[in-house]
Amino acid sequence: MEAALDPIVRWMPPVLALGLSPLMLGIIHRTKALFGGRRGAPLFQVYYDLWKLVHKGAVYSRTTSWLFRAGPIIGLAAVLLCLFVVPMGGVPAPVAFTGDLILLVGLLGLMRFVTVLAALDTGSSFEGMGASREVQFAALAEPALLLILAGLARLTHHLSLSEIFDGLTAAHWSQLGPALALMMIALMVVVLAENCRIPVDDPATHLELTMIHEVMVLDHGGPDFAFIQYGAALKLWVLGILSVNLLLPAFPVNPWLGLLAGLGGLFGVAVLVGVVESTMARLRMLVVPQLLIGAGALAAVALIFLLK
Amino acid sequence: MNIELLLVLIVLTNLRLLASGRLGAAIRTVALQGVLLAALPLMAHEPGHFWRAGALALGTMALKGIVFPWLLFRALREADVEREVNPYVGYFTSLLAGVLGLAVALRLSARLPGLPTTASPLLVPVAVFSILAGLLLIVGRRRAVSQVLGFLVLENGVYTFGVGVMREVSLLVEVAVLLDVLVAVFVMGIALFHINREFDHIDADRLSSLKD
Amino acid sequence: MIAALVFIPALAGLAAFFLRPPAVRRGLLVGTALAHSILVVWAWAHRPVLAPDAWWGLDAAGLLFLSITSLLFLIAAVYGWGFLQQEAKPSPASLKEDFLFTNAPEAVFIGCLLLFLSAMTLVTVCRHLGLLWVAIEATTLASARLIYFHRHPRSLEATWKYLLVCSVGLALALLGNFFLGVAALTAGPERHSVGLEITPLLSHAASLQIPWLKASFILILVGYGTKMGLAPMHTWLPDAHSESPSLVSALLSGAVLNCAFLGVLRFYQICVAAGQAAFAQDLLVLLGIVSMGVAAVFILGQTDYKRLLAYSSVEHMGILALGVGLGGIGTYGSVFHALNHSLAKGMLFLVAGNFLTVYHSKNIPQVRGVIRRLPLSGWLWVAGFLALTGTPPFGPFFSEFTILRAAFEQRREGVAILYLSLLALIFIGMATAFLRMAQRAPDSDPQAGIERLPWCRQYPPALLGTLVLALGVYLPASLRSFLHEVAALLGGA
Repeated sequence: MEAALDPIVRWMPPVLALGLSPLMLGIIHRTKALFGGRRGAPLFQVYYDLWKLVHKGAVYSRTTSWLFRAGPIIGLAAVLLCLFVVPMGGVPAPVAFTGDLILLVGLLGLMRFVTVLAALDTGSSFEGMGASREVQFAALAEPALLLILAGLARLTHHLSLSEIFDGLTAAHWSQLGPALALMMIALMVVVLAENCRIPVDDPATHLELTMIHEVMVLDHGGPDFAFIQYGAALKLWVLGILSVNLLLPAFPVNPWLGLLAGLGGLFGVAVLVGVVESTMARLRMLVVPQLLIGAGALAAVALIFLLK
Repeated sequence: MNIELLLVLIVLTNLRLLASGRLGAAIRTVALQGVLLAALPLMAHEPGHFWRAGALALGTMALKGIVFPWLLFRALREADVEREVNPYVGYFTSLLAGVLGLAVALRLSARLPGLPTTASPLLVPVAVFSILAGLLLIVGRRRAVSQVLGFLVLENGVYTFGVGVMREVSLLVEVAVLLDVLVAVFVMGIALFHINREFDHIDADRLSSLKD
Repeated sequence: MIAALVFIPALAGLAAFFLRPPAVRRGLLVGTALAHSILVVWAWAHRPVLAPDAWWGLDAAGLLFLSITSLLFLIAAVYGWGFLQQEAKPSPASLKEDFLFTNAPEAVFIGCLLLFLSAMTLVTVCRHLGLLWVAIEATTLASARLIYFHRHPRSLEATWKYLLVCSVGLALALLGNFFLGVAALTAGPERHSVGLEITPLLSHAASLQIPWLKASFILILVGYGTKMGLAPMHTWLPDAHSESPSLVSALLSGAVLNCAFLGVLRFYQICVAAGQAAFAQDLLVLLGIVSMGVAAVFILGQTDYKRLLAYSSVEHMGILALGVGLGGIGTYGSVFHALNHSLAKGMLFLVAGNFLTVYHSKNIPQVRGVIRRLPLSGWLWVAGFLALTGTPPFGPFFSEFTILRAAFEQRREGVAILYLSLLALIFIGMATAFLRMAQRAPDSDPQAGIERLPWCRQYPPALLGTLVLALGVYLPASLRSFLHEVAALLGGA
C-alpha cells in the first residue's frame, strides 16, 4: 500500500497540517460565536493574527535568559516534528518506524517542558503558579494518552502509528465496539486537557486566578507569541487527527478520499470542541484531576478488555 | 455484541460508584445497574424459555430499579445526609483498586474452565468484578448507606453469575437471589431507620463503642 | 412428620405476633418447644428413611444437630418464661447497665424466637443445598430482630454489624452454591446440572469438575464460616452474642453456630466423596487454628463476661473445624464436641443472664462473689468454666482429647502442639476471669444476702450442667455408636 502511493499523497498530511491548522482555531471561535448569538470573527482571522504578530517587535525582560527566547522556538520545532509521524485518513505518515508513538508523546511532552521552563525563567511567581497547575494536569493526562496508544498497539499488534491505524478496520469496531468506544471517550478528554480547553482550562479567560495555560504565555510577544499560537494550532491538529483516525477505519479505495474524510473529521472535532466550550463551564480545579484520572481509568479498562 | 455492551456498561457503573462520594448519585447509579442487569436474562436465556426470562427481567427491574432506590432515598432523607465524608479508602485509590480488581477478575476467571454455553466470555469476569467492587465499597466507606449500596453491588455480581449459568442451573437460583436481596435490604432499611433515630447519624464509622 | 417439625413452630410464631395476654404467649412458647422436642424424640425412635431425591430428609448428622437445637430451645423457653416475666416488670430503678432503655415488644420477641426455631429446624432437615442456604439466611433475619431486644445504642450497633457481616458472608456462600451447580454439570452434548440435592451429588461425586468444586468449597467455607464464627470472619460474634438477651445468646452460640457448621459439613461431605478431602482438610485445619489463636488473644484480659463467652464460642468453633480437618477419629471427636459445647455454652449464657439481672453489669471487676449471692448459679458458673476448658470428668475433656489423639495419629505433631498451647492460654485467660467472679471481692459487704431467683431461671441451666457432666462420666453405647455413624457419614471414623 505504501509503495503504491506517489510521493505527493504521502507528503499531503504534513502539508495540510501546516496550511490548515489555524483554520481549526477559526472554526472553534466561529462555533462559540454562533452559540453566543454573534457573527464572530472571520474564519481566517487567526492567519491575519499570525501575520501581524510576526511583523511586530518583541520586548524581553531583563530578568530572562536564553531559555525564554528558546522556549517558543523549540516548542514549535517539537510539534513540527510530530507532524511527520502522524498518519491521516489511511495515508501513512512520511516517517514511520517502530516505537514512533512513544516519540509522539515525548515530543508533545518536550513542547510542554520548554514552555514551562520559559515561564519559570521570568522569575515571576504568577507564571510559577500557572506552570505548576499545567504540569499537574499534564502528569495525569499523559498516562491516559499512553494507555490509549498501548491499547491500540495491543489491538493491532503493531508499534508504529502508521501501521496501527492502517490495521484498524471496521471489523474491529463491530467486534470490540465497547472497548474502542471507551478509548474514544478517554482520547477526547485527553484532547481537551492537552489543548487547554474547557472543561480543563478556559482559553478566553481574562481573570488571572483562573488562568492555567495562558499564564505561561502571557509574557511572550511578537514572533514568539506567533510561534506559540501556531504551535497550539498544530498540537490541536495532531491530537485531533489521532481521534479521527481512531473513529474512521482505513479507506483502502482512494487515498485522496481518505484525506478528505480526515479533513472532514477534523473539522468535526473542531466544531465539537467549540460546542463543548460553549455549553460547559470550566470544572473546579479540584475536580479536574478526578476527570483526568477517570479518563485514565477508562483507558485502562479498555486496555484490560483488549488484553483478555 | 449487545451483551458485551451491557457488561461494559455494568463495569462502568461499578467504577462510577467507586470514584464518587455523592450518595444520591450513587443510589441512582446502582438503580441503573439494576436495570442493566434486568436486561441480561433477556439476552442470555436458552431459546424457548423467553417468558420465564421475561418474568425474571420484569421482577428484577421492579425490585432493583424502583423499590430499592425508593427505600434508600427515604433513608437518606430521614438521615439528612448527602455526601460521603472522609472515606477510609480515598476515591482515587478506590478507582485504581477497581481497575486493578477488573484485571484480577479477568485473571481469576481464566483459571476456571469456561462454560461453553455461556452467552459471553465476559460474563464471569464482570460478575467477579462486581463482587470485588461491592466488597471495596463496604470496607472503604463510612456511611451506612454506602455499605448497603456495596452489599447491593455484591448481590448484583452474584446475580450476574447466576444469569450466566442460568441455562444449566435452574431458574430458581435467580429467584433466590432476588428474594434474598429484597429481604436483606428491607431489614437493613429498617435498621438504618433505627440507627438514625437512636444515634442521630448514619456513620457506620461511629458505631464503634463495642470493641476490645 | 418433618413438615410438622418445621411448620408447627412457624405457625406458632406467626400466631404469637397477634396474641395479647402475655401468659398465653409465654405458654405458647413453652408449649411449642415441648411439642417440638416430643416430635424429635419420636424421630429418634422411628428413624425416617431418606428418599433419594427429596428436598428434605433426616440423616444422622441432621438428627444430631436437630436434637441439640430442640433440647436447647426447650431449656431456653422455660428460662425465657422467668426472664420475660422479669423484663416485663416495670422496675423501680429502671436503670439497667447504667442507662435508660426500653425493650422491644414481647410479642415480636416470642414470635421471632419461634420463627427462629422453625428456620433452624429447616437447616437440619434440608437435603437440597439451595434450600439449606435459604434456611440459614432465614435464621439470620429472624435472629437480627432478637438481638435488638434491649433497645439501646450498643445493641443496635451489634445488630447492624451482625446484619451486614452475615449478609455479605451468605452472599458469598450463595456464589459458592452456584459454583457447585456449575461443577455438577454433566459432560457431553446435553449439558445439564445434576442439581443441588445432596444424595445425587454424592453419587455423582466422581464426575464433578475439580476447579469449580475447589472454588465452591473456599467460598462456602468463607461464607458459612462467617455465620459459624471462624476467624477472621468472626467480627460480628462478640458484639452480637454479648448484647443480645441471654437466652438468645445461648441459642445463637449453641444452635445457630452448629447449623452453620452443618452447612460446611454438607459441602465437606461432597468434597470427600469427590476425592478432594486433603484440600478441604488443610483449609479446615488452618481456619481452626487461626480461630483458636484469635480467641486466645482476646480472651486474655477480657473485662466483659459475655464477650468472654462469645470469644470462647469462636475458640470452640475452631476446635470443631480442626477436628473435622484432622480426619479419622477427629471427626468423631468434633461431632461429640459439638454436642458438649452446645450444652455447656447454653448453660453458661443462661447463668450469665442471671448475673446480669442481679448485678446490672457485664463488667467482670464489678461482678464478684457470685457463689455467695447466687449459690446455684455461682457453682454452675464454675462448673461451666471447668467444662469448657476441657477439665475431666466433664464431656468436653473427652471430645478435645479425641481430637488431640487424632492429631497424633495423623502425624501432625505441630498442629497438636499448637492446639495444646492455645488451649492452655485460653484456660489461663478464662481462669482469671471466672474465678475472680466466683470469689468475693476483698472489700465487699459480707452481709450481702442471697438473691432468690425463680426456679425456671435456675433449674434449666442446672439440667444442662448435669447433662454435660453425665456425658463425660458415662456415654451410653447407643449414643456413642450414633456419633460414630455421624462421623462415618462425613468421611471419618
